[in-house]
Amino acid sequence: MPVEDLYQAIILDHSRRPRNFGPLADADHEASGRNPLCGDEVTLRIRMEGDTIADVRFEGSGCAISKASASVMTAAVKGHTGEEALVLFERFHHLLTNHAAPAPEPADTPLPSSLAAFAGVARFPMRVKCASLAWHALRSALQPPNATAEAPPPNR
Amino acid sequence: MHRSDFPLLARSPGLHYLDSAATTQKPAMVLDAIRDFYETDNANPHRGAYALSARATDRYHAARERVARFFGAADPDQVIFTRGTTEALNLVAQAWCRRELEPRDEIVVTAMDHHANFVPWQQVALTLGARLRICELTPDGRLDLDQLRELVNSRTRVVAFPHVSNALGTVNPVREIAAIARPTGALIVCDGAQAAPHMKVDFDSLDVDIYAFSGHKMCGPMGIGGLVGRREILDSMPPWQMGGDMIDVVQDEFSTWNVVPHKLEAGTPNVAGAVGLAAALDYLEGIGMDRVLEHEQQLLALATQRLSTMDGITIYGPPVAERSGVLSFTFSDIHPHDLATILDEEGVCIRAGHHCAQPLMRRLGVPATARASFYIYNDEKDVDALVRALERAAALFATAVTSED
Repeated sequence: MPVEDLYQAIILDHSRRPRNFGPLADADHEASGRNPLCGDEVTLRIRMEGDTIADVRFEGSGCAISKASASVMTAAVKGHTGEEALVLFERFHHLLTNHAAPAPEPADTPLPSSLAAFAGVARFPMRVKCASLAWHALRSALQPPNATAEAPPPNR
Repeated sequence: MHRSDFPLLARSPGLHYLDSAATTQKPAMVLDAIRDFYETDNANPHRGAYALSARATDRYHAARERVARFFGAADPDQVIFTRGTTEALNLVAQAWCRRELEPRDEIVVTAMDHHANFVPWQQVALTLGARLRICELTPDGRLDLDQLRELVNSRTRVVAFPHVSNALGTVNPVREIAAIARPTGALIVCDGAQAAPHMKVDFDSLDVDIYAFSGHKMCGPMGIGGLVGRREILDSMPPWQMGGDMIDVVQDEFSTWNVVPHKLEAGTPNVAGAVGLAAALDYLEGIGMDRVLEHEQQLLALATQRLSTMDGITIYGPPVAERSGVLSFTFSDIHPHDLATILDEEGVCIRAGHHCAQPLMRRLGVPATARASFYIYNDEKDVDALVRALERAAALFATAVTSED
């Protein structure tokens, strides 16, 4: 499994030049996540307008996968509703874990190519937590009241 | 050197195992000894009135004697078996401190200690109202002994420190540290997990009170390790875990304790593990600890020299001559976790992360480092593979293509 499939150009680019990176002054939702095994940290801040994610930014430090995933995520969910974002997470998580079960709906709408680029993670199971950390933080941030996202429970 | 003695490595020629600081591979001799015990001498020691149990008892006793000899301890009962270094340090932190520590007493640990020699003392200090003091490091990754001299005082009851740092490889001057601690009357506790596998350790000449070690880091099986302690300290300690073997008389309202070492070894022991450990010590001393150290130093020097020529490599810790076979480094802006994944593809196993030394990592100002560690079954080909894999990582991360958002 060539490691180039994991570290695609788009992932390297997003990790080197993360989009939506930095503080968000007028945030009304916030959540943090940490991956204790490798030290990835992310803090997510969101400003909602109604139920739409009007603005979202992140801060933190970590591996290329976690940073790129956070960057790609913020770009993908901006302008969507919280519910749409969570559906996107379900589909993204399915991609990461390569379940034999069929993909969650809507199966006929392809994932944005920036998210699809993470398909390689499925063949590196130890990196799934890195790729999903920011999304877990997003889910926490969208839940009332805000809570700190714990790292996803250990697999197996 | 010796790679063919190790079945796992023999059957995986493309594997370059550079994580012996985490755990070591096992020679066939150790695996055979464990299997042989279960096939010929397995019974619960100390309790049975039949010959098989007597044999199991003898095997356990012989293993204890073997460990004592390895560490230069005159009395085998100075050796207490535990699951490993972590359990040994917890044993001392809890059992000794419970009786001895009072509020406002002080415990000194170091900024380079592994969590196993940091957290137990931190917690026992919190519980008993004692004060945790931390000996800091010099810029090149050594203990600041001038600061240690300032730190210890008449309230110091414990001084705990590593013989060798698992994250930096620093070899600490044990006798010098013990000499600073002795005048206070403090208990001197040395974490030998990363030292005992790599160099000759003579307990008496180190002048510490407790020396902890792990079998699995020195070609022994997992689940066995222990400590070597001064007899009077061990005699004075209350028991830690209670149950079978460590008691003398059990009445309804009270119990009395067995003598050392049994007092500190409750329950059925890991005899097979002890037997495996004894075989591992035979294996290591068959090579000679001087030769073990020399081999590692050579590889460490080679790896350090080759990595130093690569752009963007930062190596942490003191110069090679003062280090054990651990090489902790970062590589430009490539996160160690990403490095480890790319190296894994090339069959190179390194460790990435905080190495159970978060206080140290914070002081280094890095979230994580990559760590390569060398042992007797490594050779120059492993160093070649490491360098090649790092070059591949550099090439991969050099491609930073601008893309549409």
